[in-house]
Formats: sequence, structure tokens, C-alpha cells
Amino acid sequence: MNLITCKNISFTYDGFPAVKDLNFSVEQGDYLCVVGENGAGKSTLIKGLLRLKKPSSGTISIENGLMANEIGYLPQQTIVQKDFPASVYEVVLSGCLNRLGIKPFYTKKEKTLVEENLLRMDIIDLRDRCYRELSGGQQQRVLLARALCSTQKLILLDEPAAGLDPMVTQELYELIRKINQDMEITVIMVSHDIHSAVQYAKHILHLYHTQLFFGTTADYKNSEIGRRFMGGGFRA
Amino acid sequence: MLDLLKEMFSYPFMVRAIFVGTIVALCSSLLGVSLVLKRYSMIGDGLSHVGFGALALATALNMSPLTVSIPIVVLAAFLLLRISESSKIKGDAAIALISTGALAVGVMIISMTTGMNTDVCNYLFGSILSMSQSDVNLSVILSVVVLLLFVLFYNRIFAVTFDESFAKATGTNAELYNMLIALLTALIIVLGMRMMGALLITSLIVFPALTSMRLCKRFKTVIVNSAIISVICLWIGLTISYVYATPTGASIVLCNIIVFFLYWLIKTVKGVIIHDK
Repeated sequence: MNLITCKNISFTYDGFPAVKDLNFSVEQGDYLCVVGENGAGKSTLIKGLLRLKKPSSGTISIENGLMANEIGYLPQQTIVQKDFPASVYEVVLSGCLNRLGIKPFYTKKEKTLVEENLLRMDIIDLRDRCYRELSGGQQQRVLLARALCSTQKLILLDEPAAGLDPMVTQELYELIRKINQDMEITVIMVSHDIHSAVQYAKHILHLYHTQLFFGTTADYKNSEIGRRFMGGGFRA
Repeated sequence: MLDLLKEMFSYPFMVRAIFVGTIVALCSSLLGVSLVLKRYSMIGDGLSHVGFGALALATALNMSPLTVSIPIVVLAAFLLLRISESSKIKGDAAIALISTGALAVGVMIISMTTGMNTDVCNYLFGSILSMSQSDVNLSVILSVVVLLLFVLFYNRIFAVTFDESFAKATGTNAELYNMLIALLTALIIVLGMRMMGALLITSLIVFPALTSMRLCKRFKTVIVNSAIISVICLWIGLTISYVYATPTGASIVLCNIIVFFLYWLIKTVKGVIIHDK
């Protein structure tokens, strides 16, 4: 069953074409990695899938029942967040906002969900710590826990490992794998770390202003573009 | 000390100033935390300058200051919000353009009608005598509205302040809450402007929030702390203004500066101690 199907979609960015002619689909329980160089249009595509940006042409059809309030999102960190005075608990709780409907306050149900996700991300001891005082890896876990609070079906991650050291990056990818396998949440991740992408993802979408490859990870490894991108040909 | 307080409260204008001032200080500090964190502090500054222009216009037309300035400043708030959200125009420069433009228009209107006098000085730097009974009535209504909206939408304001793109992506109407914040800010600025002065009203928004951010680590404590700081500084500032006949706005800002440095000092000392361990 396809969760998301994209047909011939294109996006413009500030009037210039960013990506064009994308055709791909994402199944329930899939793990799709969107790879490509910086400025290839990866983040624009994610914004489009989140309905923050309208495609200039083509259609994105999303399976009935997948509402905006069932999507989890891990955005790239902003400057605002770097010195934001909030506790870990407050940040994760804010992920439950889309469950509230018109209620003004969180109930016990949301608070239990926060506890569960803090445990899942192994950050329960950090719950009263200040977000801005955490390490980069810890901050990403907090934001991942927040994203889990807002979804049961689909999570989109935009360069989750940006700026993290290799050890922490590995731990983060393991967590994402668990989310995909154990919780059966569909994962769509943008990354320019191609080696981890082929290690974890089930499908690969390679962009460079247009679609260079879409298919399973195994096919990608054997394709010419895949070999070139993974081998010495990587231009950062 | 007690005699001084008794004397202060025996004047109706002082009671009004303290009453309205407390409300303005409370509401502005609540909104201030969100504005500072969202990098919107300059919007507050722009609005107060627009407010000055509106005030000058009201005087020239011989109309009630609040009825003229509320719609103008609210409109300006939405405009400034649009400008700062748009990536195509340089937001900060556009705000400077509007605020200095409004100030110039205000000064021109004044110099062509009443001329530069003490009233103008009061507009710019604040006066303790400026609060009338109708201001008191309005501020009661306004404060109830601001406090109620703030408490009801607290969780949403937090989410939109911390991470607007996440909030939008997960189905929260971020634009609506940004507009709510801008609207409430406009109302508070208009209300507090004549007492604090057009040039200084932004300090009520910026100082308490920045001060409490030195030490507080949770969003809720930042908000409560800045509300307390804001109200206490206002009381001390008003008393100084009454005793020494200094401009109200400047006296209050001075108190805020002192508290800011106190907090900063405590943070630095704490940092050194932790570092030494």
C-alpha cells in the first residue's frame, strides 16, 4: 500500500527551479533515503512532502487518513533553538500539540506518551535539563522524541546527523532503524552521508535538481550512479 | 517609607499610573519572552515609533489618542510581521525604514501644529501624569484579554516560538499564532506608550525577558520570572519618578538595567564556580 505517491512534481525556490520531474512512491513501513549534493533540492522536497511548499507542477497524493497531525518531522536546527531556554520535557511535550485539537492544555494521556518516548530515546534522565545545555547528539534525541510524539505513521528527517561526530551519528542511525523496524513507522530521511544511507535504507532517491535514481538500495549499489557517488567521485 | 507610599497612593493620578503600569509591565513581559526568542524585538520598537506618529496625528486632529493609535498600530503590526517573515525583503532594514519614517511624520505634524513643547517630550520619554480614567478602564479590559489569551494559547505559543517549521509541518496554524502575538503586542504598546514614552516602551518587552533568560532554564520559569522582574522594576521606577520628578520611562528602564546586570553577574559567578570544580 502506497503511503505517498509523487507524479512529475517540480518545485521552485525564490522563482528558480529547485527540483523537477520527480516520480517516486513510498510504501507503508518503508525507509527512504533522499541523497544528493548540497543544494540539490533535498530539503525543498521535504518541505513539499510536509505541505509547507506547494509543488509548481505535478501531484503529490497522500493516502487517505494521513493528516498533517499524524506526521513527525525532525527539521534542521535553527539559530533560535541554540540558546532557547526550555527543559527537555517542555520541548518533547510540544510534539503532542497536534493531538490536542481545540483543547488548550495537555492531559495525562499526552504526558504518558512523553514519558514513553523519553524512555525510547534513552533520555529520561535528561528530562529536567535545559535544552540549550545539551550536546548536539542529545539535542537530536530530544527532537526525535518530540517527532515521535506527533506521529504514529510517518517521520521525515532533514539531515539528522549534521554536525555530529561519527560515534554519535551511528547511535542516532540505530535509533532511527529501531523506529522504523520496531514501531513500524515509515521513515523518509534526507542525508548526504551516502554510506549510512545504503547501510540502513530500503529505498534510495538520488537527486540533483532532477531525479537521477529511484529504486531499492541493492539496485542502487549496482547502478553506475550509485557506484560513482559512493566511490571516490563524491564531491562535497 | 510607609509615609511615602501613603502619600503616593493619595494622588489619583499615581494610583492610575501604578495600576495601568503594572498591567502593561505584566503583559509586555509575557509577550516579550516570545518576541525576543523569535527575534521579533525590533517589531516592538518599530511599533512604538508608529505609535508616536499616530499620537501626533491624534493631537493634531484633536481626537482621543487611543482611538486613533490602536487601529494604526495594529495595522502596522501585521505589516511588520509580514515584512519580517518575507525572505525577499531585508526585514530588519524595512523595519528601520518604517519606524524612522513614522517618527519623522510625527515630528513634522507636531512642529506644524502645536510646535515642540513639553507634551512632545512626554510622548517620547513618558510621563507619570498621562493616565486618565478611560485608560484605566481600557487597560482592565485589555489585560483580561491578553492574560486569558496567553494562558489559553500558552502551549501553542511555546510550540510556535520554539520551532515554527515543526509546528507548521505537524498541523499547527503558525501564522495565526504569530498574528495573535503581533496583535497583543500592538495593544500593549499603545497602552503603555504614553507612560513609558515611545522611545522606551520596547524596553519593557526586551529587558525582563533577556534578564530572566540569563538564569532560568525552563520556558515556564523564564516567563514567570520575567513577569515578576518587570512588575517590581516598574514599581521601583515609578517611585523614583515620583520622588525625584524624573521621566517615568527612563527611571523604569534604569531599574531594568540594574537587574539585568545583577542576573548577568550571578550567571558569570556561577559559571566560574562550576568551571573551577
